[in-house]
Amino acid sequence: MHKFFIRSFVSSLVLLFTFTVAAIAKDVKAAFVYIGPTGDHGWTYQHDVGRKAVEAAGFKTTYVEGVPESADAERVLRQLANSGHDVIFTTSFGYMNPTNKVAKEFPNVKFEHATGYKREHPNVSTYAARFYEGRTILGTIAGTMTKSNVIGYVASFPIPEVIRGINSFTLAAQKVNPNIKTKIVWAFTWYDPGKEAEAAKALIDQGADVIAQHTDSTAIVQMAEKAGVYAFGQASDMDKFAPKAVLTSVENNWGPYYVDRVKAVANGTWNQKDTWHGIGDGMVVISDLDSQMPADLRSKVKKLQADLASGKVHSFTGPIYDQKGNLMVAEGKTADDGMLAGMMTYVKGVEGDIPK
Amino acid sequence: MIKIVKRDQPSRAIFFFTPVLAIFLTLVAGGLIFFILGFKPFEALKFFFIVPIADKYGFSELLLKATPLCLIAIGLSFCFKSNNWNIGAEGQLTFGAIVSGGVALLFYEQEGFYILPIVILAGAIGGMLYASIPAILKTYFNTNEILVSLMLVYVSKLILDYLVVGPWSNPEGFNFPETRQFSDSAKLPLLFEGLRIHAGIFLALAAVVISWFVFYKTYLGFQMKVSGFSLKTAKYAGYKGKKMIILVFLISGACAGLAGVGEITGPIGQLHREISPDYGFTAIIVAFLGRLHPVGIIFASLVVAITYLGAETAQIFMQIPKYTGQVFQGMILFFLLASDYLLFFKFKFIGSKK
Repeated sequence: MHKFFIRSFVSSLVLLFTFTVAAIAKDVKAAFVYIGPTGDHGWTYQHDVGRKAVEAAGFKTTYVEGVPESADAERVLRQLANSGHDVIFTTSFGYMNPTNKVAKEFPNVKFEHATGYKREHPNVSTYAARFYEGRTILGTIAGTMTKSNVIGYVASFPIPEVIRGINSFTLAAQKVNPNIKTKIVWAFTWYDPGKEAEAAKALIDQGADVIAQHTDSTAIVQMAEKAGVYAFGQASDMDKFAPKAVLTSVENNWGPYYVDRVKAVANGTWNQKDTWHGIGDGMVVISDLDSQMPADLRSKVKKLQADLASGKVHSFTGPIYDQKGNLMVAEGKTADDGMLAGMMTYVKGVEGDIPK
Repeated sequence: MIKIVKRDQPSRAIFFFTPVLAIFLTLVAGGLIFFILGFKPFEALKFFFIVPIADKYGFSELLLKATPLCLIAIGLSFCFKSNNWNIGAEGQLTFGAIVSGGVALLFYEQEGFYILPIVILAGAIGGMLYASIPAILKTYFNTNEILVSLMLVYVSKLILDYLVVGPWSNPEGFNFPETRQFSDSAKLPLLFEGLRIHAGIFLALAAVVISWFVFYKTYLGFQMKVSGFSLKTAKYAGYKGKKMIILVFLISGACAGLAGVGEITGPIGQLHREISPDYGFTAIIVAFLGRLHPVGIIFASLVVAITYLGAETAQIFMQIPKYTGQVFQGMILFFLLASDYLLFFKFKFIGSKK
């Protein structure tokens, strides 16, 4: 019996040694940390599509899915940094503090944190997408397609990112249809099909005939399909989940950025930066427009898309008023990135208060 | 011919043997699953159970992970031994963390040796308060403690959500759902430079020693044991059942609350929405795997803790889906319950007679 244990102990040591030697790779290796399962068809799914683009570009990648934002995140990061990965993408806001903490210990490993604002060490960059540009497109479509003039919006958390989306959506809808109202239901989750479906149902019951979402599951578009109202896909092209309801989707396209950054690590040109890309840089992509939309609307959307990409049109162009009628952005001016980053007030036309 | 015969009385040897058997069967079944998924079973098991704890850092992470599981399971064993089914340790953990986190935030940017004890105590009290709800409802209104304690888990998570999104959110944090970072005086000291293992492990060890003493050396422990075997007997013996029910719930709540304190004042250092990856539920497996025995619970918490670490390692190095960790936890419980059959029945080999 003892012999058996000693032998297995020795053999495990040998295995461990070979494994450590094997881990010293020469090529650049990228790691991705995901909050959800790669099969969520939303946020994580799209990051994994980006990871596959990195693989296709000839780099080795690793990913860990379903990493909770609890104390576990730090261990996963440290393990990745310790096992020969040169750049680590942490793809959820809640990884912000663990990312910066581990980055301090591994100055030679680059860290890329999505949607955060802390870059405490020179080896930490942050990146996010200007999803609000996509929501300008969705608002234009919603304002045109609604008959009840009530548009529903399932929101996740009252953070600037989400408020900005609601505002840009509402502003665009008002532009084509001054009578619309945006009704919000806060789901307080990023991914919970049950809760999201309930929220969508509540909005449909209140007369909304177009539903927008800032949560990640396909439950909302499926609920819309059942109720016979319109909806928009979030993060990935959700058309196949609700072919009648989905008019278009705003896709998160991380691939080009990921390939770029991994290549920069390989070339030694990686530097710290804060990236905020939109339609123009291809980080935000509009899926195919559904044929239920009138032809003139489709061509209008195409043009708007091109103008947003070239910068001719800005989602937040004055005059913009808040709910109380105070001027937020003066006529002819556009909101600067500082204002967008801290946006915590609704524009006129949004119903209700931001939860405090 | 093999015949299944009921045992005259549950076998004590089998009682402590079945958890080991369950773990063994889990490994076999796990290997089989890996094989079916197309991975080399032995290599996968190695990455799952050996590689994660092969160095000092990995071992410290194992202890870090096992600490809350052990602490909660010890608390739960008080309830389970006496026939009280507290399923809501996760809620008691959350509420304990809320109360202690609130106190820690009160001392934001303050220093003093007295802060940490107050923060810890607040967490224990929070957990006790939250556990007292199902206890009082059970004793005075005859409600089912399983339902009440379970439902209160979701209530506690909503309270936490509300606080970190709203009133307690970091004023400099762009409204993201998290509080400020606690000051150092409100955080549990680290035991070794560079490792995350913190002083919370002493709370767990203290709980182990105290529970052993209570279970086997006190009248309360005896009462719990009798109530566990038969509530009627306990009643005939004249035990004051209500007092005991409330007491075991309070102990259980305090332990869960302390586990919450350990997380937020240890590795996390702030309050946000995800302070526990369901430790309160996983600890139920730990308590049963450890046979509700303090020493057994220590080993069980280590075994279950490694399924978390192993799942991460296996995904990093072998691309095995991380959710297999949960499959392993489920299998351990399944095989444990299944092999409990051996407690009450035995196989008898009967020679064929002509």
